[in-house]
Amino acid sequence: MATLSPQFQVKNLSLARNGRSILHDVSLTIAPGEIVCLLGPSGSGKSSLLRCLNRLTEPAPQTIFLDGQDITDMDVLALRRQVGMVFQNAALFPGSVADNVAYGPRLSGQPLPPARIADLLALADLPPTYADRPTDKLSGGEAQRVSIARALANGPNTLLLDEPTGALDPAARRHIWQTIAKLRRELGLTVLWVTHYMEEVQEVADRVYLLLDGRIADEGAPDHLLRPDSEHLTAVFAAGQLN
Amino acid sequence: MLTTLPLDSLPRVLAALALVALAAIISRWQTLDLEKHILTASVRAFIQLIAIGYALDFIFDANSPAAILLILAVMTGIAGYTAGKRGQGTPHAGRVALAAISFGAALTLGLLVALGIFDFTAQQIIPIAGMVIGNSMNVCSLVMGRVRDEVNGRTPQIEAALALGATGRQAANPYLRTALHSGMTPIVDSTKTVGLIQLPGAMTGMILAGASPLEAVQLQIIVMYMLIGAASFTGLATIWLAFRQFFTAHHQLALPLEDK
Repeated sequence: MATLSPQFQVKNLSLARNGRSILHDVSLTIAPGEIVCLLGPSGSGKSSLLRCLNRLTEPAPQTIFLDGQDITDMDVLALRRQVGMVFQNAALFPGSVADNVAYGPRLSGQPLPPARIADLLALADLPPTYADRPTDKLSGGEAQRVSIARALANGPNTLLLDEPTGALDPAARRHIWQTIAKLRRELGLTVLWVTHYMEEVQEVADRVYLLLDGRIADEGAPDHLLRPDSEHLTAVFAAGQLN
Repeated sequence: MLTTLPLDSLPRVLAALALVALAAIISRWQTLDLEKHILTASVRAFIQLIAIGYALDFIFDANSPAAILLILAVMTGIAGYTAGKRGQGTPHAGRVALAAISFGAALTLGLLVALGIFDFTAQQIIPIAGMVIGNSMNVCSLVMGRVRDEVNGRTPQIEAALALGATGRQAANPYLRTALHSGMTPIVDSTKTVGLIQLPGAMTGMILAGASPLEAVQLQIIVMYMLIGAASFTGLATIWLAFRQFFTAHHQLALPLEDK
């Protein structure tokens, strides 16, 4: 897929921790409004790559660009409001659903009116009556929806999803796919999605990157990579022979 | 003093040894295997306290501000080292402890002198400083340990907050409150029950030395208030210094995270 003005561009990113190489010479692009899945076995560096994109882990300068700007030159807090993140563990704060959704705007001194909270819950496919619920009374799927609404409250243009369906049952998982697809359609969100569910990839992804031992091993559209006669590494990975 | 009344209580001290001897005999008889520790501890206590007694006698006689400050610095240094060792797991624990205890103790002692509650004389400041610094040391190591445990246990929530645009301080704030609570609770609780369960040390000492109970009680009230002050000053300084050791300048959690 030709990406003329990529929203995110990663150029030759390498990352090491305690002398151990985690990412090696990774380059990729994500176009505005694209849903890109990042596939790979455990320990292949998927989450580490994702964390570099909102600087939860600091990348080297001149390796990651957002709309052409080196993200290490940007104000880190502004970058994180622009690039939302949803984790595998919803990691909700104690309190009500509304407290969680209003958290980001409150940090910058903007209280969210109840109507806006209801809109955000609706975007995450939750009824407005959920606003007052305590977060410890939610199911796993509901909690993950609240964490999506919480990320949307900052008005991001990109969502980083770190295995958001990893702890959910198949029905709740499918529901999250539909929500994210709708968000892309309605808000034009760009999405980078870490997963190891092939079904998820086939359902939601425009493009796929396969990460093996911290290197990009394969890239392309899922239909192309996963054709029955495909010899792509992604198809080998999908068949469970790289795990 | 040193020349006139060196050790007139020595016979009573030696008589008290009977208690130690009895304890050692019980340990031997019941094969508790404690007698060696009991005897070592008793000998150490005797030597350390007699030595500190002579040292204090000397310093009280000299009563020079420089000597007082030197003693305070040594006490603070030892307290910082001890609390730093107990606070392991916090990056730069030793430096955090030394700075927090110095701050808490200096502010408390400074206020006590400035408000005219105690004079800046060796005889008043050094025993008071011992209580203040010892108490600050305990609060500091409790709070530091708790900050470490909270940051480690709440990593997902803290990173979620950072990802939403929170500063390190904002992300950690709810858990820092818990940590400060845990450091302050022992002194607040013992202040609530003081005199109901046991008579505290300062008061007991004064009564034994012949002061009237009312005199002793007044000093004890001052001591309790002073310890609450020292605990909160030190606890706040510990929180303020300890939490930032866990964050980088770019509001990233500086913990060894497992890669998925």
